Amino acid sequence: MGDWKAPTDCKYTKTDEWVRVENGEGVVGITDFAQSQLSDLVYVELPHVGDTVKAGDEIGVVESVKAAAPLKSPVSGEVVAVNEALEGSESTINQDPFGSGWIVRIRLSNPAEMDDLMDAAAYQQYCDERA
Amino acid sequence: MTYLPHTDADIEAMLKVIGIRRIEDMFADVPEKFRFPALDLPEAISQMEAAWRLEEMSHANLPGGKTAIFLGAGAYNHWSPPVVNHTILRGEFLTAYTPYQPEVSQGTLQAIYEYQSMICALTGMQVSNASHYDGATSLAEAAIMALNVHGLRRKKIVLCAGIHPEYRAVVRTYMQGMGVTITGDEDDSADWDRLIAAVDGDTAMVAAQYPNFFGQVQAIPRLVEAAHEYGALMCVVADPIALGLLKPPGWMGADVVVGEGQSLGIPLSFGGPYLGFFATREEHVRKMAGRLVGETLDTRGETGYVLTLATREQHIRRARATSNICTNQGLMALAACVYMSVMGKHGLRRVAELCYHKAHYAADAIDRVDGYQVDRSKPFFKEFVVQCPKPVAEINDYLLSEYGIIGGYDLERAYPSRVNQMLIAVTEQNTRAEIDDLAQALSEVAK
Repeated sequence: MGDWKAPTDCKYTKTDEWVRVENGEGVVGITDFAQSQLSDLVYVELPHVGDTVKAGDEIGVVESVKAAAPLKSPVSGEVVAVNEALEGSESTINQDPFGSGWIVRIRLSNPAEMDDLMDAAAYQQYCDERA
Repeated sequence: MTYLPHTDADIEAMLKVIGIRRIEDMFADVPEKFRFPALDLPEAISQMEAAWRLEEMSHANLPGGKTAIFLGAGAYNHWSPPVVNHTILRGEFLTAYTPYQPEVSQGTLQAIYEYQSMICALTGMQVSNASHYDGATSLAEAAIMALNVHGLRRKKIVLCAGIHPEYRAVVRTYMQGMGVTITGDEDDSADWDRLIAAVDGDTAMVAAQYPNFFGQVQAIPRLVEAAHEYGALMCVVADPIALGLLKPPGWMGADVVVGEGQSLGIPLSFGGPYLGFFATREEHVRKMAGRLVGETLDTRGETGYVLTLATREQHIRRARATSNICTNQGLMALAACVYMSVMGKHGLRRVAELCYHKAHYAADAIDRVDGYQVDRSKPFFKEFVVQCPKPVAEINDYLLSEYGIIGGYDLERAYPSRVNQMLIAVTEQNTRAEIDDLAQALSEVAK
């Protein structure tokens, strides 16, 4: 079993994003597994505040020294904040993917979508299957 | 490496996987009558006979080196120092392909890096890619980049009619099916007011040519201001020789500078291969198309060159790449690189000055001929428009048959309202005698 972190207060997508609900807003980032696979991140393309997004939409790009991967929104809603502090210090995502490495905050328009996502235990298993 | 053809068994296995019985079935979408046409070819001849026949046919050409050429309109008869050809014909450059493996491609990579650095200096920009096919495709890639910079939320590209008509046509081809409106060039004038009126909050890019297709130098800053007021990118299509003398567009706020690099030591060659240069601001580097070479340090701390930011490109990014064309004109970029290094800053300026002075000598000479009038409404560089007393095609026939002179471009071909207007280009290669002959011939044909 891998030793990737997967906090139990988050839900997870099959494309390795996490979302944590705080006051009706979903905080979104990429998982510990995703950052370890990508290795050193060098660039994050952020969506714009005010954008309306649907679950599964490509809302940004995370780029490492090895690859560029799309960032897909786990939920539907309106982008209310983006983590501008990542610009120039993308390695924050490598160091703290579930904390200061958050990428975007989305005001949920359909909270029921959260039920479609994996919980921490299911995601851990999903990571182990691919490791 | 051994050449291993497919065996019948290989072919059989592949056909089975894709679910067809015969190779011919793959062409089922081609209408039957076009599928396997009979080719009406002459009897085979020996290599020696073929060489003779081709040599004979080539005598029907009028080689540029032996002719007075006053035709420009995007392809120019500039001098190419022999060292350019000498360098690009070296085997290690001539046969080199994509330098993906830096450990075996340092020469090619360093040459591209030097090319990029000089293009940046010439245009006043921060980043240059390793080049595109030609000026037209560079402009089209600039338009795509501008749409991507705005996250595809803006759907309008404003092009000045003073941009090469074929470049505008290529942009329209590239934009097919993207739901993009291309506007600003509906009438035949290169007037700024018209163009500025077309810029709005849906505009991703405004583009103009410098000097414009009519050879005129227009003040860029006013247009830059109008584009930036609405958050659009300002793209300048520039003549690299003119940039030896004129202020670089990057110093005047341009966001993208593109253009045709043929003037930089590349012969006319029947229209190709040419070179598209593309330079932009660093903030747009991840949105731009094309290959990019960077300088780095190897494990021993020594300088080396590598392809960089390749995550934008097709071989990594697949369908989400910034362009579906990620090759470059490597050999032509090398030619431009050698040309710029041997000319240097002062040599390039000297070429530009010669073009400018000879063009103005020619304009004065033609202005003195009865029936002809040079458009002096704006300052011009090496090309200018002449209002003629007769159709341009008729005049050009006379110049060629009586004087062996290749005359100017017939503007009516692309600008219907510009009847009997000839666009004349003068480079450092046009002698005073040629120019005097041209004026004499124009005077005779007017009678």
